[in-house]
Amino acid sequence: MAAVLRCQTILTLRILQQKLIWTKPSVRFSSVGQGRIEKVLIANRGEIACRVMRTAKKMGVRSVAVYSDADCHSMHVAMADEAYNIGPAASQQSYLSMEKVLEVAKRSGSHAVHPGYGFLSESTEFAEACKMEGIIFVGPPSAAIRDMGIKSTSKYIMSAAGVPIIEGYHGEDQSDEKLQAEAVRIGYPVMIKAVRGGGGKGMRIAHTAKDFQEQLESARREARKSFNDDVMLVEKFVEDPRHVEVQVFGDQHGNAVYLFERDCSVQRRHQKIIEEAPGPGISEDVRRKLGEAAVRAAKAVSYVGAGTVEFIMDAQQNFYFMEMNTRLQVEHPVSEMITGTDLVEWQLRVAAGERLPLLQDEIKLTGHSFEARIYAEDPNNDFLPGAGPLLHLSTPQADECTRIETGVREGDEVSAHYDPMIAKLVVWGEDRSAALKKLRYCLRQYNIVGLNTNIEFLLSLSGHPEFEAGNVTTSFIPQHYGQLFPKPSPPSRATLCQAALGLLFRESAGTQMFRDQSNDPFSPFASSNGRRVNILYSRNMALQLGDHKVDVTVTYNPDGTYSMEVEGEVFQVSGEVETEGQALFLHCSVNGVKTRPKLVILGNTVHLFSMEGSAEVSVPVPKFLAGVSTGAQGGAVAPMTGTIEKVLVKVGDAVQMGDALMVMNAMKMEHTIRAPKAGVIKKVFFKEGSQANRHAALVEFEEEEVIEVE
Amino acid sequence: MRFQTVRPWLALLRSRGLPTSTARLYHGDKVAAVGTQPDTQSQEYVDNYERMKDLVDELKERSEKIKLGGGERARKLHMSRGKLLPRERIDRLLDPGSPFLEFSQFAAYELYGKEEVPSGGIITGIGRVSGVECVVVANDATVKGGTYYPITVKKHLRAQEIAQQNHLPCIYLVDSGGANLPRQAEVFPDREHFGRIFFNQARLSSDGIAQIAVVMGSCTAGGAYVPAMADESIIVRKQGTIFLGGPPLVKAATGEAVSAEDLGGADLHCRKSGVTDHYALDDSHALHLARKAVRNLNYTKKIQVTTEPPEPPIYPADELYGIVGANLKRNFDVREVIARIVDGSRFDEFKALYGDTVVTGFSRIFGYPVGIIGNNGVLFSESAKKATHFIELCSQRNIPLVFLQNITGFMVGREYEAGGIAKDGAKMVTAVACANVPKITVIIGGSYGAGNYGMCGRAYSPRFLYMWPNSRISVMGGEQAATVLATITKDQRQREGKEFTEEQEAAMKEPIIKRFEEEGSPYFASARLWDDGIIDPADTRLILGMSLSAALNAPTQKTHFGVFRM
Repeated sequence: MAAVLRCQTILTLRILQQKLIWTKPSVRFSSVGQGRIEKVLIANRGEIACRVMRTAKKMGVRSVAVYSDADCHSMHVAMADEAYNIGPAASQQSYLSMEKVLEVAKRSGSHAVHPGYGFLSESTEFAEACKMEGIIFVGPPSAAIRDMGIKSTSKYIMSAAGVPIIEGYHGEDQSDEKLQAEAVRIGYPVMIKAVRGGGGKGMRIAHTAKDFQEQLESARREARKSFNDDVMLVEKFVEDPRHVEVQVFGDQHGNAVYLFERDCSVQRRHQKIIEEAPGPGISEDVRRKLGEAAVRAAKAVSYVGAGTVEFIMDAQQNFYFMEMNTRLQVEHPVSEMITGTDLVEWQLRVAAGERLPLLQDEIKLTGHSFEARIYAEDPNNDFLPGAGPLLHLSTPQADECTRIETGVREGDEVSAHYDPMIAKLVVWGEDRSAALKKLRYCLRQYNIVGLNTNIEFLLSLSGHPEFEAGNVTTSFIPQHYGQLFPKPSPPSRATLCQAALGLLFRESAGTQMFRDQSNDPFSPFASSNGRRVNILYSRNMALQLGDHKVDVTVTYNPDGTYSMEVEGEVFQVSGEVETEGQALFLHCSVNGVKTRPKLVILGNTVHLFSMEGSAEVSVPVPKFLAGVSTGAQGGAVAPMTGTIEKVLVKVGDAVQMGDALMVMNAMKMEHTIRAPKAGVIKKVFFKEGSQANRHAALVEFEEEEVIEVE
Repeated sequence: MRFQTVRPWLALLRSRGLPTSTARLYHGDKVAAVGTQPDTQSQEYVDNYERMKDLVDELKERSEKIKLGGGERARKLHMSRGKLLPRERIDRLLDPGSPFLEFSQFAAYELYGKEEVPSGGIITGIGRVSGVECVVVANDATVKGGTYYPITVKKHLRAQEIAQQNHLPCIYLVDSGGANLPRQAEVFPDREHFGRIFFNQARLSSDGIAQIAVVMGSCTAGGAYVPAMADESIIVRKQGTIFLGGPPLVKAATGEAVSAEDLGGADLHCRKSGVTDHYALDDSHALHLARKAVRNLNYTKKIQVTTEPPEPPIYPADELYGIVGANLKRNFDVREVIARIVDGSRFDEFKALYGDTVVTGFSRIFGYPVGIIGNNGVLFSESAKKATHFIELCSQRNIPLVFLQNITGFMVGREYEAGGIAKDGAKMVTAVACANVPKITVIIGGSYGAGNYGMCGRAYSPRFLYMWPNSRISVMGGEQAATVLATITKDQRQREGKEFTEEQEAAMKEPIIKRFEEEGSPYFASARLWDDGIIDPADTRLILGMSLSAALNAPTQKTHFGVFRM
């Protein structure tokens, strides 16, 4: 009151005074988890932070971002109405720090905190801390989180509520002997899983008694690191199951609905890669049963907000409760697409105490939707997560049926500190095949240069006949491995001509720039026409295609076209470069065939993206510029930036090819670096606990030939 | 079109945009275009076109053959040593994809009897290296081991002269066995012989014209001075050698047995002797280093003329074929030629109504200002005085001169001699000789007698001189020369009381006409370096543009005319 009085006397401070009033969180309803939400803090980063902010903006709710040092230029920071730094890059000290997030929530006067997924989204402690501070936690009550977060408890509750569950051991005796005995009781193969785990972390499969011990240790190690808790459960491993999950939603008034199922069967590294809704081949009857089981599960814990009940489903469409995720899932957009809802909006409204916007019989399933997760990873190298700059990024055009959920822009970096997901591409179609066609069409237009992505893999996955037929299981990738990784076919000769043309255009752009800056801008010498007196200029352009070199002989014709000879075949090439949006398109004609691939030239590499596929052609770096060896000449190198966990060799050790040299921890995964060849270790460049950059040489071998550098 | 094609790239490269063009034209100031639409269906046009096209095709065919240098075997051997061919060296030295103004491809053409020395065994020209216009001199080791024939020396010296006149840095790509020993007498002793190369290097360097040598093969004896006299030199390991006396000579002189590499290889010269400055792993590396050397010249081209955004001519260049043809006796209006060379076909004619056998006026080529003097017939006193006046204007205003030469000579006859044609012609010759603005000559038809002098023939040191394939050059026409000789003989016979039949006259005239025909051919001229090259008429605009661009590297020199006889 005093503040109001004081401000009334000073007119100029009225705005400030208003702000004070606005930013005061509504304490009144917080005790019952209800209240006005005018300002929401998003305790997350990346695409989900952006996703939440979009809805917040739509609803007129102001958004507050938090960011770590690594994210100070990130998209979610730019999108937010306000943003606060919450510490260093490591998530333990930033996004996972409840104190810091809450401190910002209070400082910014946020009424609510939306946790997104991951990070603090399933932290009971955080949900409770919010409550204590009188801030609405956009999510279920802490009790529900706790009950569902501990797998053994959740199964017990579900079993009691009549939801089918699967055989397993969830006991407290965590001795190796007991676990092993339980595994024998359940029968191999079994799954060893961290009780507090999720997202495939701290999870291993033991196929035989022989590898049980090794898998158990590995699972424990990972769980300790990720959750600081290595309590394990063992359960029956259903061979080739489907992963079907149901989106549920509850409100504070005792209502709960389901928004149909999603099929997330296709996984790699136990992580989802492509999701769809509804599940293919699931009958109306099973769909209803699934939905009702899920709603029963939600009601059993008085669930509020968005949640997902995960089931595994066998070939006969029997389903068993697996776990319940008490948050908004990564793949929630596919459910939104088929139901025409905005689940973030629902979350905010329900959190504010409103009733569910739709009741069960008002929720209609229309069409089919796919989500493909675009990751920075190397499918050809066991999906090894990657990091690095997005030197080029162009996406398909977003529209009503196409959503691009991303938290990065061209020039941003996919940080090694966080999840390497770049974007989610979500499409909707009248039916499954229409949606799938659209998905592939859009994936072709999703072009990224700078780091390895799984886009090509997603294309071959979504184009696989078995996938088209809807025959999906969690073993889909290993089962069809051969077909999913087709031998990369080298670019056609015509494509090489396009690449060469692209390089020629870059040259002329360089010349053009020089000429524009010079004080002799019109000199005919400042051109790239390659004119010679009385003769035609032919040049040899060496292009590097993976391991082998191809020579393209380019002859400059006086009319500005080119004749290009590739492996004895001559092509007539002409074209021009046009910009469309931010991307460059090469409008070119090769022997009269006109195409317009997207053209990206970065450094020495030309990338061409077209509907027929992408091609990467580089210009070999001349020997004299190649400089010092990058360490690839026989030494062992770090596959990515990370921390050296263990050094297994010392100077003077003789190793055989394939022997483990070091264990690295990067991207929250363990990597064993093996000897690329036999030899004697001459130098070890890193010690345990130190940080190694991507491609850094880790050891040097005795017999390694020293490359002569002049 | 290409201009626009690359535009989007510029956005990517964050271009600063074109410098604001200096458009000073107001509505009423528009310059009228010259030239007319030819009747391309007329028999004359069609015939002309066909004949000129044949000449151009022949020119290109011959040039393509010359481009191959010393033949398949020599090329293969050369490449098997890991060396690049000389033209490839030049291509890699130049800014990628940039044009190259090559000189005198036909040097030594049919000059040494059965011995073929394509391009005279040396390739010279102007191209941009790291954005700087440079003279490039490259030995072709596939041609007689890159040895210096007399014409090789002449071509090398001419390249240096071009560098000196136009103030262009020189890059020597050395791969030569030195003087051609059997012809040492024509190569070594005289003023304009081998030694002059090093004299020039010293003088060019003293003028601040950079001298860069890249040793890519042998540099023996006198040749050793090319890198040694250079400002900066680069050598390729296990390929380039420099020594005053080669291993055989050393063995003969002192009995010391030594390999070429140990005697004068890259390691020796970069590590011990210091004769060379940069060590290259191979040809490509050496050329890369040469490009870097040019970048470090800290050179900026200072254009001392106004420029305007260029525009192509309104009329297509190949119409020149149909307009000019190959028959020198047939007249054509030089304005039609101008219309197919200059920017926008715009030509501001000077003294259009006076002395109309010479056409003078101002234009632009690739945005550079030029004063053009072209012939429309024999030179009369008025024409000569008009041309003199025009040369004075251009010299005063620092406007480069372009001579389009198609001239049978000055008018003869009593009336004209009495009118003082000799002194008026002399005025024009004086003006041409003294004008210090860049002068570029293109012989587009005949070049005969004193007309050659007045229209800036080779003796008048134009910066560049080119010939069209239809052109002819001689003191007078073959027909006239034969007639003159026949008349003299006839008079002599008459004095001696002898008969001189028509058959005898014809028999006497025929070989003379034939000889003049042969010796007047542009190939005969070009083989002897009386020009800087035979060019396709359709390329005239581009070649003039490049020549002007090169010429404008030299700082402006004031012109002081001699005495004009009045």
